Amino acid sequence: MIVEIGHFALILALALALVQASAPLVGAWRADRALMGVAASAALAQFALILVSFAALAWAHLASDFSALNVAENSHSAVPAIYKFSGVWGNHEGSMLLWVLILAAFGALVAAFGGALPARLRANALAVQGLIGAAFLAFILMTSNPFERLWPAPFEGRDLNPILQDPGLAIHPPLLYLGYVGFSIVFSFAAAALIEGRIDAAWARFVRPFALIAWAFLTLGVAMGSYWAYYTLGWGGFWFWDPVENASLMPWLAGTAFVHSAAVMEKRDALKVWTIFLAILAFSFSLLGTFLVRSGVLTSVHAFANDPRRGVFILAILAFFIAGSLSLFAWRAPQLKQGGLFAPISREGALALNNLLLTAACATVVFGTLYPLALEQIAGDKITVGAPFFNLTAGVLLLAACFVMPFGFSLAWKRGDLLGVAERLAVAMAAGLIVFIALIAFRRGGLAPVAAGLAIFVILGSLSEVAARVWRGGASLSVALSRARGLPLSFWGGAFAHAGAGIVLLGVAATGLGAETIAAMRVGVPQTVGPYQVVVNTVGERAGPNYREIVAAMTIRSGGAFVAAIEPARRQFATRQMATTQAGIATIAFGQVYVSIGDPDADGAVPARLYWKPLVTLIWLGACVMALGAGMSLADRRLRFGAPARAKSNAAAAAAAAR
Amino acid sequence: MTRKGRRLALIAVALGVVAAAVGLALYALDDSIVFFYSPSEVLQKNLQAGARLRVGGLVEPGSVTKTADDKLDFSITDGARQIKVSYEGLPPDLFREGQGVVAEGVLEAPGQLRAETILAKHDERYMPREVVDALKKQGRWQEGSAKP
Repeated sequence: MIVEIGHFALILALALALVQASAPLVGAWRADRALMGVAASAALAQFALILVSFAALAWAHLASDFSALNVAENSHSAVPAIYKFSGVWGNHEGSMLLWVLILAAFGALVAAFGGALPARLRANALAVQGLIGAAFLAFILMTSNPFERLWPAPFEGRDLNPILQDPGLAIHPPLLYLGYVGFSIVFSFAAAALIEGRIDAAWARFVRPFALIAWAFLTLGVAMGSYWAYYTLGWGGFWFWDPVENASLMPWLAGTAFVHSAAVMEKRDALKVWTIFLAILAFSFSLLGTFLVRSGVLTSVHAFANDPRRGVFILAILAFFIAGSLSLFAWRAPQLKQGGLFAPISREGALALNNLLLTAACATVVFGTLYPLALEQIAGDKITVGAPFFNLTAGVLLLAACFVMPFGFSLAWKRGDLLGVAERLAVAMAAGLIVFIALIAFRRGGLAPVAAGLAIFVILGSLSEVAARVWRGGASLSVALSRARGLPLSFWGGAFAHAGAGIVLLGVAATGLGAETIAAMRVGVPQTVGPYQVVVNTVGERAGPNYREIVAAMTIRSGGAFVAAIEPARRQFATRQMATTQAGIATIAFGQVYVSIGDPDADGAVPARLYWKPLVTLIWLGACVMALGAGMSLADRRLRFGAPARAKSNAAAAAAAAR
Repeated sequence: MTRKGRRLALIAVALGVVAAAVGLALYALDDSIVFFYSPSEVLQKNLQAGARLRVGGLVEPGSVTKTADDKLDFSITDGARQIKVSYEGLPPDLFREGQGVVAEGVLEAPGQLRAETILAKHDERYMPREVVDALKKQGRWQEGSAKP
């Protein structure tokens, strides 16, 4: 019964989405306030209905209702409750339901808090959001219905894929979707601006919070996915340039470019058409990513069961929205009032350069990801474009962007003083150079020394800008502190986000400094990896809730002193006859000792891969710092959503607050 | 700077970045693309030592030998011909004799591959598509036996 309610709610949501996609559009065209008003209520109701639908599916999973096909195929009564719940989106149908839930949530956010927006812009934007929702709801209902029944109901489910039985599944997809799908609202606003044929600096201010939310979550989602792959695949790598990873990197690069060009648009009324284009691009890449991951053209753990109808359907949605929005862009963009030009040496000039580098990097990632697919279709050749390609293209371009980053952050708007900025960044530059030279001296070759030097430059560059503002004119500590408090949160946000990028880069650069060995380990015989010795104490078997595992208890020592204990294991899941590797990981300062084991040999030796990875956690911590920066920027009082209206009348603000 | 000068500067920088990206891409494409072949194709095309490629097929039953220090030797077969593979490291979780496998590496001699990565199927429902394709090529794939 509850499952049918979920199904029914989803159908109602589709009907509402269709209303939301049409009525406000007509309303905005005819300047009919009543029709435009439909948008907000429809968006809220659509969100509520999809929430009901999602709750129904979640209930079926938690209650292990195996008469629901989705539950029977992807769950098991012995699975721990947390994985029963996260298993809701651990399959194709459920993950698409989560996708539309978040899509509708962003629409509802605009509906609930968008009172200060111009009525037309809001109506048009919500209509576009409704159209996207309708397309994906139709996709779910027609090709991927999560509420199908199975009769007779089996006594037991077929279990959740053991790789997915991990806390990562509870965190990674929701974060990633909040980012991925969050760009839909930016896209909708861009389409609305094009439909209206009017765009100004205020548009950038309205869109800014949504873009920042989406960007922050996408950053966290990509980082979480990277960490999950790192600890679960047992290869010790944090990024494989796998097409599925690239699918999330493409919207991130376009979104990062968008956040920056929107700032130029907001402050200097320039780069307007370009900003609109990036808004379209960012969400187009989200759609492309959804297509690549969900249609089964790529093979990965993300490609669940494969059904050609789905691929064609998503491809149609993809083609419709990308071609539609680009046609709208081509038709309307020439009519938009062009923004002003700007001096090359200025913050906006640096941001434009950063935009060029980011989009060029994005283009190389797109090329490297799609080229093998295209070549196979056209020539029948099967090729792989591997890490070397991406490191040499996107990697180099992103390093160049990192070099520009501190200059852009320190330059003034309008007319910058490059010499003054270089003076201000002298310490950071010198430090970066020293690290670079030191690393070259120790070990040559590769991009690692460049990356490390740049990382130091970026981190210290952000800090020196803070210092320059706080200690301007040699102020005392108390003055400096009060100045630090007085600096706008959006400035702090920028400083954190940039420093975070530098921290990520430092972690990436340090991967080249680690150590790695493969050994057949025997109990009691120490094995050296980097500065540490690892000893196997015991090898034993253990039973989990729905698996059995072989555990090798190990101790990590440094020159005889105990450092940490780890328990790498191999889990055997009975239902799916499948084994997974649980790496044993000990975090020491910011580095990690990482051990993954294979099945023990007949004579008792445990084959193991041991890694020492200095500073590796900085990769993910840096991403958290970046997201924190976005959060601070978001919390800036002056730039909060709807702030322009409040600034105009404090009375209205008080009334709004009281409501 | 005049308006025209500014525009020119912007266009020049944009063209520079685009040219750099295209140049890097072309340069990188030259030596980082890896082709995928079945064992028969490797031998037919008479690929020479030093070539980088991916080979897919089945792990030939009885061919897996573990030598010291976790060196692994086995053969990949497509039913007709075989490629010898040597690999240093831990094979993936579901590496078995008679199962589908893809090895990426460098040819040491014609018909002899030094693998750097080995892919096998992940679970009973999921298999790398290249493995499926390799199995299809030799007619050992039954639709529905496992979903790719």
